[in-house]
Amino acid sequence: MQSTESSFENIRKDFPILTRTVRDNKPLVYLDNASTTQKPNQVIDAITDYYRNHNANIHRAVYALAEESTEAYETARDKIANFVNVKNRQELIFVRGTTEAINLVAYAWGRPHINEGDIIVTTEYEHHSNIVPWQLLTQEKRAKLEYIGMNDNGELNLDDLDKYLATGKVKLVTFSLMSNVLGTITDAEKIIAKCKAAGVPTLIDGAQAVPHMKVDLDTLGCDFFAFSGHKMLAPTGIGVLWVRKSVLQTMSPFHGGGDMIREVHKYETTWNDLPYKFEAGTPNIADVIGFGAAIDYLTKIGMDNVRQHEIELTKYAMEEFAKVPGLQIYGTKDITKRGGVISFNFADVHPHDVAQIIDEEGIALRSGHHCAQVLMERLDVAATSRASFYIYNTKKDVDALIDSLNTVAKVFKL
Amino acid sequence: MSGGADIYHEMIVDYSRNPINYGEIKDHDVTFHDSNPLCGDSIDIDMKIDDQKVSDIKFHGKGCAICMACSSVLTELTKGKSLDDVRKIEKNDVLSELGLEHLQAVRIKCALLSLKVLKSALYTYLGSHLENTDSIDKLKTEAENLY
Repeated sequence: MQSTESSFENIRKDFPILTRTVRDNKPLVYLDNASTTQKPNQVIDAITDYYRNHNANIHRAVYALAEESTEAYETARDKIANFVNVKNRQELIFVRGTTEAINLVAYAWGRPHINEGDIIVTTEYEHHSNIVPWQLLTQEKRAKLEYIGMNDNGELNLDDLDKYLATGKVKLVTFSLMSNVLGTITDAEKIIAKCKAAGVPTLIDGAQAVPHMKVDLDTLGCDFFAFSGHKMLAPTGIGVLWVRKSVLQTMSPFHGGGDMIREVHKYETTWNDLPYKFEAGTPNIADVIGFGAAIDYLTKIGMDNVRQHEIELTKYAMEEFAKVPGLQIYGTKDITKRGGVISFNFADVHPHDVAQIIDEEGIALRSGHHCAQVLMERLDVAATSRASFYIYNTKKDVDALIDSLNTVAKVFKL
Repeated sequence: MSGGADIYHEMIVDYSRNPINYGEIKDHDVTFHDSNPLCGDSIDIDMKIDDQKVSDIKFHGKGCAICMACSSVLTELTKGKSLDDVRKIEKNDVLSELGLEHLQAVRIKCALLSLKVLKSALYTYLGSHLENTDSIDKLKTEAENLY
């Protein structure tokens, strides 16, 4: 498929929700993709087809339906593994989402490995899901949580990392591959190289990156990687944790229950093979299958085309934003270092007020702290407005947003 | 008038630009802080209390236009009132002043954050000046039933 505006216009036809109107019969302009994306017919159909024709529990019964559902579930695992270039499917664990993935690591890896005085390093631009689990763990273990700071351009100060690594006490470095507020793309290669030299494992929150750019876990070289389906056309409630096998083998189970066991006796249990040791209970079968359909959809477009489309759109949006007096954009202006997420403030108008006024024009724009209060403190703002793009957004959407900001300016007499 | 952009009438915009009773009282008798976990709006209220009356009240913090306007109106309503009367202030007393009675659910917390802070400040003050535990329990029940 060509990366042209017209081929991306065609994509819109696959998304039924984009044909509806909101408020006073205004066409929907959906710009909250960093939060969650809309779903194409192909994904919706895969889920309904599963429930209509194949529904049965997996990994248990021998009858035809069970065989079909197990096959569909495991095929989705292979599709996802292939999508991020994971060579060993045993390393890919289904979870509810990135939040659960990180909590799983904090619990099943962190509890046996982190001791008093150890340091876990995260960054100032993390989502709460990559801060709070580490606060819980370090408080329990009397360990320390430290932050890689950020410069005014929204990029990490890697000198901070060097400083912490030099203590010899760092046991894990964890960071987002793309900030959900600033869109900054983290220099993962550099961080991982530094950590490897120091013998320190790395965890990457890929929730914002995997939906928008090609990610190759085989060459990246981290030890843990997490991402969510719903930010990349798949249903909510399904995500992935990948863990390097040599690390996974040192981890104790997360949840105990069905499917994760080999043999259960009155007082002892042996564990199932990987990855099932970490998938207790009946999983979210239908949504895993939906996730597989989303992967098919994105593969057909090609992730390089997705990235190119968002670069063009973000570049256009930043140029148009620059023409609006009083509009301040946060983060780097270098388009090659950021994804399709633009956080801004408009004069002295609070982001909630911006969002509410432009909602009347049918525009879905996020306002608030975006689950990144540590970053809000660093930026010294209470909140920001955030526009975030995906494959079905067009320059027309950007134009609609700019027009609606004029209404905000009128109401607030800017 | 029920939400949408038309809630941003003159009064709201003016109050948000020029809030009333904005600031701090250094020698307050009671102060309270709370924030809205969803949006990060954050309000502090300081009160000076003499003869069981609110002789002075100020608020400060960060919030949207709705939050700031409601905080201004609430402090105006409170100033000079007896503690008993402040206890009786209800959400509609604030909302009706600004024509926000039908504000949609997602924004109602912006409008009522300062009322929550005021009531918490009041109960903190009363709690520390009460002699018997009966009244403390009564206060707690009243606080729990606020919203």
